[in-house]
Amino acid sequence: MSHLLPPSILRLVLPVFYAVVIVAVLPLLAGYIVLVERKVMADMQARLGPMRVGPHGLLQPIADAVKLLLKEDIIPDKADRLLFWLAPLVSVTMALLAYAALPIGPAFQIADLNIGLLFILAVSSLGIYGIVLGGWASNSHYSLLGALRSAAQLVSYETAAGLGLISALLLAGSLSMKDIVIAQYDQGIWFIFYVPIGFFIYMVGSIAETNRAPFDLPEAESELVAGYMTEYSGFRWSLYFLAEYANMIIVAGIATTLFLGGWLRPFASSHTALPGTSIELLDALPSLLVLGVALYCFYLAPKQPVKIQKMVMAMAGGLCLIIAGVLAGALFASPAVLQGIHGAFWFLAKVFTYIYFFLWFRFTFPRYRFDQLMRLGWRFLIPLALVNLIATATALLATREWGGSLLLYTLLADAVTLAVAIFLAKNDEVDSAVPVMDGE
Amino acid sequence: MGLNSILFYFFAALAVGSAILMVTRRNVVHGAVYLITTLLATAGVFLLRQAEFLFITQVILYVGGIMVLFVFVIMLVNLDVSLLQYQFNRQRFVAGVLALALAAQLFIVIKMGKTSLFPQARVPEVLPKNTEAVADALFGRFMLPFEIASILLLVAMIGAVVMAKRRV
Repeated sequence: MSHLLPPSILRLVLPVFYAVVIVAVLPLLAGYIVLVERKVMADMQARLGPMRVGPHGLLQPIADAVKLLLKEDIIPDKADRLLFWLAPLVSVTMALLAYAALPIGPAFQIADLNIGLLFILAVSSLGIYGIVLGGWASNSHYSLLGALRSAAQLVSYETAAGLGLISALLLAGSLSMKDIVIAQYDQGIWFIFYVPIGFFIYMVGSIAETNRAPFDLPEAESELVAGYMTEYSGFRWSLYFLAEYANMIIVAGIATTLFLGGWLRPFASSHTALPGTSIELLDALPSLLVLGVALYCFYLAPKQPVKIQKMVMAMAGGLCLIIAGVLAGALFASPAVLQGIHGAFWFLAKVFTYIYFFLWFRFTFPRYRFDQLMRLGWRFLIPLALVNLIATATALLATREWGGSLLLYTLLADAVTLAVAIFLAKNDEVDSAVPVMDGE
Repeated sequence: MGLNSILFYFFAALAVGSAILMVTRRNVVHGAVYLITTLLATAGVFLLRQAEFLFITQVILYVGGIMVLFVFVIMLVNLDVSLLQYQFNRQRFVAGVLALALAAQLFIVIKMGKTSLFPQARVPEVLPKNTEAVADALFGRFMLPFEIASILLLVAMIGAVVMAKRRV
């Protein structure tokens, strides 16, 4: 593309183009994550899930979106109209703004900021105002309680998650999202192998930050109807929903970039070409995978009961075939193009794997009680994150001073941290066995 | 006037305007929202001067941390009562004198630094990496004051915990 436009204009046009693509694609993506969520839930509960709209419910998100757009927009009589109107906008704007620094591939990034990671964390933590102000402006007790819970939960778990991230930052030595990935390429290892406990802490913290089960107390339907969104309906409600799913992709993107090697493919640092060609086996893998999905769609298409469902299934197969073709075509293009296209594939694959874990947790763990949630955050995760941080820093220092393998030292650090974790968990059990009530 | 000046005056006007609105609103939650806008606009000015790290610290600490706790507490206040209460002390004379003194100070400082009251905004070329520069200053030259400040904060935190802890 660089020969079409002068670089000075391209530098401005390209980010705008990326931004438009992200804003346009994200609602669709969020809708399909909801569909996947319902399908996974159904599968875990031995049901079928959405089956009616399109083959296997493939068009369900579109039907849902149309329904939400056409719903009546209700504003409670006693609500604070200005803030009631503003709150969902704040939520969704902040969620979308965070994508500015997220590297989806070596080339596909709106802005590579020197403070990239901090920017994403700061902006996504501002989304809390949407929840808090929306809950307050609704002038309803359920909403207010949901908003309060959300604020308390976010402030607590942000600390733990941030400390978990710092352990990976120590290894990368940079706050720029791009440099963090490049550091993992240079060191030839994903940081999750150096700091698995940091990854675990961030994962738990990120579930709490996105208000997902088992930490979905701000919208616990058995206690608070729908928490801060109780009074919202129609399009405003769907904005909250979009923000929640956009935030899920953001935290998954942060975890992918810091711990799972970002856009790098597995074994990115080893290059062994297939005999007789210049193509590496692992580079050919994505196109083969997508080709398999396409063939499976074509296999399923004639088995659909209705003619239109046959057509939609075949179209889904055709879409996969096109993607497989692009991925395969990239193999024969220049290394930069190959990196760009396959980078996006691997990044998204890792992000969706992470999100799949989110769904899995949701249907596996029962919801925490609020005091349990606070105790887990303040008395287990934060001390553990601090110990993990100190242990990782010591391991780094030891490698620098005495030489030797960093992996070995970090394993030692992990063992120490695990011992502390067991100690913390045991102590906590003793305490929680004796509930202390006021005035007793 | 270049783009930088336009952006500067935009952020400055936003900061001053929201600050005035923050003081004059009767509804405390609205006041808090305007305070958030003021802090964000100030952060924008920092960013304009290429102080990225200061910008992000302002956003994370003040807007993302402290103000969340502010709003958290304010939401629990019974607003119907506070709407009826008188919110201003009639101390116009003292306030006026203080405001004049502050204006005079600002005027003198600006005069001392520049010949004109409307100095040209000069944006430096690319600065060295902010985060590293701040870290070098904090953990190098200003190590002792930094540690003293952290101990002070630790003492305050422990004090708050001791005072808030109920007797079991």
